[in-house]
Amino acid sequence: MTDTTDERPGPINARPVPHPWRWVALVVIAILVAMMISSFVTNDKWDFPFALRVMNYNPVLDGLVKGTILGTVGAMVLGVGLGIIVGIMRLSTNPVLRGVSFVYTWFFRAIPRYVLLTILGTGLGYLYSTFDIGVPFGKQIAGLLGLSNDLTFFSLDVNQFSSTLAMGIIGLGLSEAAYMAEIARAGILSVDKGQTEAAHALGMSSGKTMRRVVLPQAMRVIVPPTGNETIAMVKDTSLLLALPVTTELFFQTQAIGTRTLQIMPTMVAATLWYLIVCSVLMVGQNYLEKRFGRGFGTGPARGDTSMLAKLRFRAGAGGA
Amino acid sequence: MSATQPTTATGTTAYPLVHAVNVTKAFHGNEVLKGIDMDVAKGEVVCLLGPSGSGKTTFLRCINQLESIDGGRIWVDGDLMGYAEKNGHLHHLSDKQVAAQRREIGMVFQRWNLFPHMTALENIMEAPVQVAGQSKAKAKERALALLDQVGLKDKPSAYPAQLSGGQQQRVAIARALAMDPKLMLFDEPTSALDPELVGEVLKVMRQLAQDGMTMIVVTHEMSFAREVADRVVFMDGGVVVEQGAPKDVINNPQHERTKSFLRRMRQEEDDAEATPSA
Repeated sequence: MTDTTDERPGPINARPVPHPWRWVALVVIAILVAMMISSFVTNDKWDFPFALRVMNYNPVLDGLVKGTILGTVGAMVLGVGLGIIVGIMRLSTNPVLRGVSFVYTWFFRAIPRYVLLTILGTGLGYLYSTFDIGVPFGKQIAGLLGLSNDLTFFSLDVNQFSSTLAMGIIGLGLSEAAYMAEIARAGILSVDKGQTEAAHALGMSSGKTMRRVVLPQAMRVIVPPTGNETIAMVKDTSLLLALPVTTELFFQTQAIGTRTLQIMPTMVAATLWYLIVCSVLMVGQNYLEKRFGRGFGTGPARGDTSMLAKLRFRAGAGGA
Repeated sequence: MSATQPTTATGTTAYPLVHAVNVTKAFHGNEVLKGIDMDVAKGEVVCLLGPSGSGKTTFLRCINQLESIDGGRIWVDGDLMGYAEKNGHLHHLSDKQVAAQRREIGMVFQRWNLFPHMTALENIMEAPVQVAGQSKAKAKERALALLDQVGLKDKPSAYPAQLSGGQQQRVAIARALAMDPKLMLFDEPTSALDPELVGEVLKVMRQLAQDGMTMIVVTHEMSFAREVADRVVFMDGGVVVEQGAPKDVINNPQHERTKSFLRRMRQEEDDAEATPSA
């Protein structure tokens, strides 16, 4: 609209809005990072070479794989599976199932994981020295009838079982299921009612409608908070010590620290391992979000809604 | 076929495919259906007309049990819907038995309700594979043929979000047809569509009617009702006010309520036609 009024406006090649404060912030952060790196290099007390060696010690690796990684996977598999069942029960038309689900969630959300693991580790064996599977009240019935067999088919020594990783997985998984039930319930409720009606109209039973139509769509809402829960669970495996289970990352690094009187480098070793494990999990979460996001949104960028993609986009669009 | 269906029929195929007697339904004390009687013969196309709130969509949903009825009975092909009658008592059918009854009835919704996490092809194959237990290969072959029938043979791998409303509704019709239903129910199939997409859906429905499908269509498309329907049923306030051949009911309505409704509809049609030329 200036000197070329007779020409029709062409392509837009506008200057971006200047962002001087971004540059100031960048400089400040760069100075702070440089100071930090300088302190890492000049302060021998950090002792990074020792921290890296600790990361590769066999007991530490053993604890990482068994207690931390296997514990997380086991507890989350149990937690997600049981949680979805409890979540579906909560939405059932059957009042008995609804009640059971409510009480389960109420109890396991109220009890701290450390307390729960302590009870399972020491208290349970004190209360019940064996765990028997058999006819209900079998011992009493056998006593009345004077049988030699006490009608028990399977027996487990609780005191021996209580300080195993399996018990830890059960404890953490039971606790996790209570949180997952709420997440699953929210996911199921997020699916449009028309989807259920369409599936019913095609002659699908309620169970099949849930498995084939509702849950796959609910997963889109369920996966992001579940990733959050999984990362929280990685850190909660350090509570396995309450059972006690000691083949676990934090205890093993700490044990080296107390033995060598090098506390801080061993904590650095533990921190680095937790960072690595959680980073890998974030990549996995990203993949799952894409997988269950299919069919939502249009165009080639479909499903690429990960945090990384968004950051990349913002960095590109920001210009500064 | 165990139910005793009161019918004047003498032969085996002479009874109506849909036989509804004195159907009543209330939502929270608000009576939506006040004793609907309706017979639909095999191969017949019936259009349900009426103002919103007249109960026509509710009645349609009652036929395949998306809504339960409070009174009366509905038979589809001789089967009493939702109940079994034993020794003079009605017993609720189980979830599985209800699902089996619904397999025989196709339904098309106002808002398509395609499964968004499945492609067009997967949407159509879902019920034949999961419900009828067909092999994937056979279901796929049939699904591709159905896509061709609704004019979408180049869209098997498109997700619903990548299709226009008219295309989605045509996939939804193909999905319902994949179960080879005896009866097709259409709940305002073109009401949520942009005007230029209505025609492609009506074309598919018109072809379906010509092929002899029994159809009950809730619609506001007067021209479709006039051309395609064997009979139109005008409902208002939860009762059937008037029914008959389309040319009689639409061109020469007998009841005041039908007349005023049709006047309003004609007004809207005229407005719609007047707008582009203005």
